Amino acid sequence: MARPIKLLAPATATTEPAWVRVLLTVIALGFLALFILLPLVTVFAEALRRGWHVYFAAIVEPDALAALRLTLTVAAIAVPLNVLFGVAAAWAITKFEFRGKQFLITLIDLPFSVSPVVAGLVYVLVFGAQGWLGPWLQANDIKVIFALPGLVLATVFVTFPFVARELIPLMQSQGTEEEEAALTLGASGWRTFWAVTLPNIKWGLLYGVILCNARAMGEFGAVSVVSGHIRGQTNTIPLHVEILYNEYQFAAAFAVASILALLALVTLAIKSFIEWRDERAREATSRNIAADDSAALEVPAKVLPA
Amino acid sequence: MNAALAWGRPRRSVLPGFGPAMGYTLFYLSLIVLIPLAALALKTATLTWDSFWATVTDPRVVASYRLSFGASLLAALVNLVAGVSVAWVLVRYDFPGKRLVDAFVDLPFALPTAVAGIALTALYAPNGWLGEPLAALGIKVAFTPLGVLIALIFIGLPFVVRTVQPVLEDLDKELEEAAASLGASRWQAFTKVLLPLLLPAILTGFVLALSRAIGEFGSVIFIAGNMPFVSEIAPLLIITKLEQYDYAGATAIATLMLVISFALILVVNLLQKWQQRRA
Repeated sequence: MARPIKLLAPATATTEPAWVRVLLTVIALGFLALFILLPLVTVFAEALRRGWHVYFAAIVEPDALAALRLTLTVAAIAVPLNVLFGVAAAWAITKFEFRGKQFLITLIDLPFSVSPVVAGLVYVLVFGAQGWLGPWLQANDIKVIFALPGLVLATVFVTFPFVARELIPLMQSQGTEEEEAALTLGASGWRTFWAVTLPNIKWGLLYGVILCNARAMGEFGAVSVVSGHIRGQTNTIPLHVEILYNEYQFAAAFAVASILALLALVTLAIKSFIEWRDERAREATSRNIAADDSAALEVPAKVLPA
Repeated sequence: MNAALAWGRPRRSVLPGFGPAMGYTLFYLSLIVLIPLAALALKTATLTWDSFWATVTDPRVVASYRLSFGASLLAALVNLVAGVSVAWVLVRYDFPGKRLVDAFVDLPFALPTAVAGIALTALYAPNGWLGEPLAALGIKVAFTPLGVLIALIFIGLPFVVRTVQPVLEDLDKELEEAAASLGASRWQAFTKVLLPLLLPAILTGFVLALSRAIGEFGSVIFIAGNMPFVSEIAPLLIITKLEQYDYAGATAIATLMLVISFALILVVNLLQKWQQRRA
């Protein structure tokens, strides 16, 4: 890979003239400032427009707290479910060879391409009053739609691929040699997983978990369809924001929205940290290879200092 | 294990756990994704062709499709140009604060769509920071199709950047050196050497942004104004039908959207095969 060039450095045969570099950078950064930074700043500016007093009042209001509790509950169920699935799917897909593997990966990615509204709708068609299981659920007095189970199902659907999709390429690149070595040395299958595989994938797993969590807490379209919008009962934070906004309580809507914006910023910070760590590990690997050509090729990435 | 048989037995592996891992994967995938989607297909099958056709060709529905697809296509095109520029600047140039800028590119992925929606609306409303000067120029953004476009540009931005960036990082500098030594100008080297190599990644990012934009709901409904025939998107129409207990109507529109999603997934897979052949 080519080293990045300083904006004002003299041009060479394989770089653009300095004025082109500066112009391109200004356009790209201007675009990002306009479309990404400005909306983010707006959230906090609108939230604090009527002062800290109104801001805190909106957040500690009982319906807002109920929404916060519900969002945390939904994420606390949905995220571990998708972690368990992601690890199982990645283990089967990356450690074994079988026919139809690519097709299976495509199926796992499917929820990313389905509109959140359609995702909500399919659960209404299965569990709703008019749905497949509707009469049976009603007879047994079980509520799924317009209740917590429906919210969890819709959230699990939209966040379904996150963990699996982070783990699959990572575990693919790690191969199976270390696990095979552990088994040869007499470790059980579980022991191999906990002592060899898990330490190897922990950062990728964390990455998947925080992305999954951010989406789970922020999902709007899918939960909007299955929630029923019962204040204080089936409203998650994003739905609470919508209600406040539609009631023209703008300062309160933005105050509650700013909690979600902070969550997004924390997510980005952790994500950047993991990426930065990864990059350093990769650089260390290439330095090692340069230092000792013949031996280093045999060194698996995980032997390197974390 | 039945699951293992259905997918072909694993070959040459001494590792344990294929049966349980694969079994659980297929079970969970079926339960959460496949069976519910099948419910949609079956519900559609109970509609008569005439009623299906009448729903999806209703003028109001057609208008919503036109808006959803038109705005999504335009937004994805804007993101294609902007995304390639941003990826280029991030990979090739060095400037202060680059790491921070790089991190912020993912904000549309991390920021809940409803938050983005109300923020963009406040920004572009007639009394907003950008809406006011634009209104003075006679341009209305919020509560018009233009607002829909803005929201879709926002949510689609990271796709092109994040698909092009790694490919651009891995490109061999020697190709450009060869082009330069053979007398190509910088512009020729870009259009004749680099662009063809980047094309599969650029198109993949474009289709991903398009696919996301077509289904997008939360960031759009606040800024759109949701006027029937003018600024009403297809996913909103599904919810409207549901609220009127018109399950057949909602299902018909959703089925058409799902078919389009499948078609776009197919395109992405073909593009990725093309990219792998290139690499």
